[in-house]
Amino acid sequence: MTTNTVISANDLSLTFETNDGPVHALKGVSLNIEKGDFVSFIGPSGCGKTTFLRCMADLEHPTGGTITVNGVSPQEARRARAYGYVFQAAGLYPWRSIGGNIRLPLEIMGYSKAEQDRRIKDVLALVDLAGFEQKFPWQLSGGMQQRASIARALAFDADLLLMDEPFGALDEIVRDHLNEQLLQLWDSTHKTICFVTHSIPEAVYLSTKIVVMSPRPGRITDVIESPLPHERPLDIRDTPEFIEISHRVRDGLRAGHGDDV
Amino acid sequence: MRNIVPVLTVVAAIFAIWYAAAVALNAPWAYNKAERAGVSLTTSELISDTWSQQKPKLPAPHQVGAELWNTTGEMVAKGRGFSKRSLIYHSWVTFSATGLGFLLGTALGIALAIGIVYNRTMDMSVMPWVIASQTIPILAIAPMIIVVLNAVGISGLLPKAMISMYLSFFPVVVGMVKGLRSPGPMQLDQMRTWNATPTQTFWKLRLPSSMPYLFTSLKIGMAASLVGAIVGELPTGAVAGLGARLLAGSYYGQTIQIWSALIMAATLAACLVGLIGLVQRIVLKRMGMA
Repeated sequence: MTTNTVISANDLSLTFETNDGPVHALKGVSLNIEKGDFVSFIGPSGCGKTTFLRCMADLEHPTGGTITVNGVSPQEARRARAYGYVFQAAGLYPWRSIGGNIRLPLEIMGYSKAEQDRRIKDVLALVDLAGFEQKFPWQLSGGMQQRASIARALAFDADLLLMDEPFGALDEIVRDHLNEQLLQLWDSTHKTICFVTHSIPEAVYLSTKIVVMSPRPGRITDVIESPLPHERPLDIRDTPEFIEISHRVRDGLRAGHGDDV
Repeated sequence: MRNIVPVLTVVAAIFAIWYAAAVALNAPWAYNKAERAGVSLTTSELISDTWSQQKPKLPAPHQVGAELWNTTGEMVAKGRGFSKRSLIYHSWVTFSATGLGFLLGTALGIALAIGIVYNRTMDMSVMPWVIASQTIPILAIAPMIIVVLNAVGISGLLPKAMISMYLSFFPVVVGMVKGLRSPGPMQLDQMRTWNATPTQTFWKLRLPSSMPYLFTSLKIGMAASLVGAIVGELPTGAVAGLGARLLAGSYYGQTIQIWSALIMAATLAACLVGLIGLVQRIVLKRMGMA
């Protein structure tokens, strides 16, 4: 583990006790994520990718192993507001304008009014929503709402961005567009991003590192360091390298499924 | 405007049934009078008699209407709108108890709901008592509240308001517990990722989320408050208020007075509930929740 390690998980396990017996959401998961990485977690439902992300965010508590975020426990990292979390649904408050929604975490964290205004302007420009500050969520399309929720997660300058299938509910055209924007954003802000998805092209297109996971018990089956260049236009998806990585991800997913498919 | 035809049809039907029932119910007395006077009644005489008796079993709508006008508009025209014979005066008395009881009940209801949502002990223990409180017939407990409060020197508006409160806090508790718990796991997780304090979560998430539930509860609570205030006026010896008018009317067989007080109470309830509905529309529209 180097000083640049943002997330370090070692033999992490999480078992839910249910009426049908224990469910191993995560078992023996070890992974290091370096500063500036764009890491995608991909796998079928029940593979523990969201659970792993929630462990990083201190929303779930591992039952075994260790995990550190920025070198401290997830709880300390959460208290230090070390990460921004983007959920699958935008989850904007209908009674607050777009600006008001982005102001919400800033109010909670006690930023001054002037600082709030400045940051709202900055992050709205960053997600290409400048001028929408006074609009209300219902006046925006689904893709724009999700961009606003990303802006909200960026507003308080956390270096780590945790995204749980943020574009899962959007159609493919919007999703392509947002993926492109997300890469630009990652490039300009130098943040570390953990991104949960179940779309292979999305994972390959976005990531510097692809973590393939499989269920029962939730575990990592493959970690792929992407050889793709930093600059990624959308048509990179037609190159042989891209297709090769996609194959490897698909193979990893198939292997993980074992004989029960 | 498309609604007006069906509404008028229903109103017309109610009036038709009402007039017919007045004839049927008041006919025995009309026949009785005619028999003692030794005359026989034609149909038109029968109808005109049943619709204009002094103390009918069921007064006809126009009799109630006339009584309402005599005790409201006409008294205002004479400059005596607030005399003790005026229904406006009695409505005001009932309204002040209703309003105070409603405010107290809403405050109590919200306070209990916050306690239930935030305190595990209260969550486990308070609700059964709240429900039990509503199974006691209000008519049985109202005189006790009046007597007990009188014994400690509290009389006038407050005892009636307490009875109103007793009825109106219940829907507020039930609605607000549901409303304060309405934010989903995702919204609560989101607050957690920002390391928000419970107080911040309450003011910024739970309370705004509960508004649609609150307004629905307030409408029921307001109607219950009015019932409470009227019931609270019954055992006070029929001094003032719509309840007192009802009681006095029943003492002296003044059915017309009873019906006009009832209509006045219904109108008052409709106005108050309508007012809350208006505030609800404005607030929820502004909050983007309508």
